[in-house]
Amino acid sequence: MPEVKMRTISYSTAINEALHEEMARDEKVFLMGEDVALSAISPATAGLGDRFGHERVRNTPISELGFTGAAVGAAMAGYRPVLDMRRIDFMMLAIDPIANQAAKLRYMLGGQVSIPLVIRAPEGGGSQNGPTHSQCLEAWFIQVPGLRVIVPSDPADAKGLLKSAIREDNPVLFVEYRALYSLEGPVPEGDHTEPIGKAAVKREGSDITLIGIGSQARSCLEAAELLAGEGVDAEVVDPRTINPLDVEGIADSVRKTGRCIVAEEGHKSGGVGAEIAASLQEAAFGALKTPINRVAALDVPVPVHTKLEAIVLPSTEKIVAAAKKVLS
Amino acid sequence: MARSTSRLSRKRLGEMYRTMLRIRRFEETADDLYMVGKVVGGVHVSIGQEACSAGVCAALREDDAVLTTHRGHGHSIAKGTRLPEMLAELMGKVTGLCRSKGGSMHIADVSKGHYGAHSIVGANMPMAAGIGLAYQLEGKDQVAVVFFGDGASNNGAFHEAMNLCAIWKLPVVFFCENNQYAVSVPAEYSTSVDDISVRSKGYDAPGLTVDGMDVAAVYEASREAVAHARRGLGPSLIEGKTYRFFGHSRGDPHYGMYRTKEEWEGWKGRDPLIVCEKMLKMTAKQKKAHADAVEAEIKEAIEFAESSPEPEESVALEDIFA
Repeated sequence: MPEVKMRTISYSTAINEALHEEMARDEKVFLMGEDVALSAISPATAGLGDRFGHERVRNTPISELGFTGAAVGAAMAGYRPVLDMRRIDFMMLAIDPIANQAAKLRYMLGGQVSIPLVIRAPEGGGSQNGPTHSQCLEAWFIQVPGLRVIVPSDPADAKGLLKSAIREDNPVLFVEYRALYSLEGPVPEGDHTEPIGKAAVKREGSDITLIGIGSQARSCLEAAELLAGEGVDAEVVDPRTINPLDVEGIADSVRKTGRCIVAEEGHKSGGVGAEIAASLQEAAFGALKTPINRVAALDVPVPVHTKLEAIVLPSTEKIVAAAKKVLS
Repeated sequence: MARSTSRLSRKRLGEMYRTMLRIRRFEETADDLYMVGKVVGGVHVSIGQEACSAGVCAALREDDAVLTTHRGHGHSIAKGTRLPEMLAELMGKVTGLCRSKGGSMHIADVSKGHYGAHSIVGANMPMAAGIGLAYQLEGKDQVAVVFFGDGASNNGAFHEAMNLCAIWKLPVVFFCENNQYAVSVPAEYSTSVDDISVRSKGYDAPGLTVDGMDVAAVYEASREAVAHARRGLGPSLIEGKTYRFFGHSRGDPHYGMYRTKEEWEGWKGRDPLIVCEKMLKMTAKQKKAHADAVEAEIKEAIEFAESSPEPEESVALEDIFA
């Protein structure tokens, strides 16, 4: 194996690199969304409009239903559109082309079409943007057969999984965590891809498994450091994709530690954590020494005020507290 | 409302008549099979509206695209969709176009440029814009036509798709079959305009209302709109005023619930087949020749569908991911 050279870049730069590389590699890839053409608007799309032109880096009207449906049509006709939703909250205006059309067309038409579409959906709170600009909605979409759902938590996965998503012949919801945009981390140089459908152990440990989705995988790593200071050896597992969910990959860790916390930024009820907890008790009930505990956003909208927002959203401290409860 | 001039050759018009008859007989057959329990799922027939299907598709090339609706048998047939595989789909056979997983409301034959019946009202229009965008990006001169009803013209998807096509000059023809009713709700109640084609003005695109019972009028308007799109000049909106002689589905009668007998009889007197027969001054012998040829096609389709196998259980889990 040749030595892989690493360098440190941010999560948003990793996304930007993946877009640059895939657009250069395949002329069928094009990017579409509100405010994607001008470099200054988002670091994730910087330089693309200048490099590839405004045909392939295409501003849209504020018309989520229209341009998402158009992307599905272009995908049926042989293109590989990548959509920029700006915020997942705005994507609610485009649920029909995603859930009724993109996800079902191949099945409904008996395999006559494939829909190679990537929907980039930045999301999440912590910036005092309030109830309609802070949500994490990935749990909604694991209920939609036919859709891949990817939730990267660090720069290497953001780059590697976005490149894989663009090469995938199926519709992919690619969730980006706004709180992680400035997070720096090591990313291999060159054509770095990561497999869709494989969980990753982000920190090895033996006492408890902390499973984190997206932004909360990062919080789990911070929680593991704090727990280490108190003599607890926590393992951190990041599912990385939640449809398909790598149940066996996650269960392997739980079989080792016997204890488990699931943390996500979405709301607790009907959340990704609920799905993971249910899957784990099916796959590894005998290995569990204690009940699985969930850390998630409380079941209220995300308020603007800093203090109130912190009450509602999950955090490193809440994960530490939950872990201690499970270990006691 | 635009009516036809008489520039069409008898041969061309005769082909359109044949298409309309094929649609009529296919849908009558589907309805009969539904009544004896041989059709799986719902069926929405377009009997009465055949001139729209036949007139529009006669203006298209084989490599152009159509997208249609839950009431899409006519558009499918007019675009060249294979009857045996289509009937097999309705009858829940694995040889069906969608391997028995889409049914009547999702008929597609992509090999014939038929990108699907789409049963969520309005959803097909943004997708048509996207297919038009693909043609434009590739530098092709193909055109996509999207069929929809009066009800769908009140849906945001129509307006968003019209705007996208207009700003990007996409090669898309919007064809509204105004059959006067969205299930039971009259267009005059639900729609802000008398002629839906005037909505094109909001998008600075050509709009025209035609007699949707006159296949020649539909063809002439469509030919112009298709040429406009092919030249890279963007979308057009055509409205065909038409009528379905059957209920929305099998759940409602031809008249008496939300349509009067007088209204129904008025439109029935303008049956697009009869209108076309008169234009062609068709003799009884000529009519019989058309009918015999179509019956042979229908018979072949029934035999194929009846003798085809039902799906294996494994089919339920196939075609989900590429």
